[in-house]
Amino acid sequence: MFSSKTIRLVLAGIFAMASMGRAAADQANVAVAANFMDAAKEIAAAFKAKTGHEAVLSFGASGPFYTQITQGAPFQVFLSADDARPKKLVEDGLAVPESRFTYAIGTLVLWSKTPGLVTGVETLKSGHFAKLSICNPVAAPYGAAAVETMKSLRLYDQLQPRLVEGANITQAFQFVETGNAELGFVALSQLTGNDAGSRWVVPRELYSPIRQDAVLLKSGAGNPAAAGFIGFLKGPEGRAIIQKYGYDNDGPS
Amino acid sequence: MLEISAEVWQAARLTLALAATTTVILLIVGTPLAWWLARSKAWWTEAVATVVALPLVLPPTVLGFYLLVALGPNGPGGWIAGAWGGRTLAFTFSGLVIGSVLYALPFVVQPIRNAFMAIGDRPLEVAATLRATPRRAFWTVAVPLARPGFLTGAVLGFAHTVGEFGLVLMIGGSIPGRTRVLSVAIYDFVEASRWYEANILAAGMVIFAFVVILAMTMIEKRSARLRP
Repeated sequence: MFSSKTIRLVLAGIFAMASMGRAAADQANVAVAANFMDAAKEIAAAFKAKTGHEAVLSFGASGPFYTQITQGAPFQVFLSADDARPKKLVEDGLAVPESRFTYAIGTLVLWSKTPGLVTGVETLKSGHFAKLSICNPVAAPYGAAAVETMKSLRLYDQLQPRLVEGANITQAFQFVETGNAELGFVALSQLTGNDAGSRWVVPRELYSPIRQDAVLLKSGAGNPAAAGFIGFLKGPEGRAIIQKYGYDNDGPS
Repeated sequence: MLEISAEVWQAARLTLALAATTTVILLIVGTPLAWWLARSKAWWTEAVATVVALPLVLPPTVLGFYLLVALGPNGPGGWIAGAWGGRTLAFTFSGLVIGSVLYALPFVVQPIRNAFMAIGDRPLEVAATLRATPRRAFWTVAVPLARPGFLTGAVLGFAHTVGEFGLVLMIGGSIPGRTRVLSVAIYDFVEASRWYEANILAAGMVIFAFVVILAMTMIEKRSARLRP
């Protein structure tokens, strides 16, 4: 069907592309918690503009990322949605201990696309909805925070039959966005630049703080792009972008 | 430990129920479709056959995305759900059945169509000369002759539904007892670092797949021997 010359050309092309990826030393693969997607994209763009280094971003739930990293996934930096998994990676000897820091503190929001539906705790109590979307509470910290919030309000048992679970926060958002669930617990960062619908920013005392920690993985210890990206996150430009997306920071470092 | 096995059994029962329902619907819907595809001389027959075959090539995320929208309150799924006071077919067993039927359609239609085509015109013409109505000829000649095709189709449709993951993940919402099927349960266990349960389920799936493929091969061998 194809001539051997064509096949050889295609193969040569594939190898060239594969080796290009490896040859570029100033490139870091970054595993990013799904809630931080938009902020991370903007930070990576600013990082590239400033340093020329490239951060290649992968998005997902923190749980699977942790599992993948313990199994040797080729990431050099991990931006988790919690502080437990980066800590565990340090204990596992897979991350550089002194590199661990809190890059963002997340905010949980109850959100609906229907204007006026979400007004506050009373929305959850009223139960005027069929499906409430959260993300997997075991794998994703925002899911755990959502469950904790419902438990603090003593509404968990009552709401549990109506819960639908996304594999990560992006999917929990998607269930609400497509209207399949009337409302859901999402990250405030996901609503940046989106004034539609109705929302209730969950008060901090209802759930333990979502401290999102970043860590440099051992595999990235000698990689200038990886260390540079962590530094950039800590710096003024990084912090400004992080705040813009609705996260809090720890005091100036 | 007891609770663990309850969770696992629940997922297994649900998966079997989903696969069985899907297979029955696929045989009911797929047989006339396969018959028409095998017999039709219309120029657009192959276009229809191609549409049926699309799930073979499309990633489950494509179908999952379309279904998420179509099953929702702004799509046909929402109107249907409205009939009994629901607002979406996503996150329901019915929704999963719809998705699985679409996704496994080629696996059932293709073998049955091939079997119908392999019969050729001759046996049906003979039946007609013996004054069998087309309907009678279909039931007493075509269907018995195409039996291996039906078996293959049913086994493949069932097995493929058991093995389906991406689609269910996208439209299911992982509700225990309703949409958390085995493949999603395995994913959840791995995510939660509960590798013991993940291992049990994964090993079970490997054995299941082995048995299915072996059974398929045996069926084909036997029908090849029986063929005149």
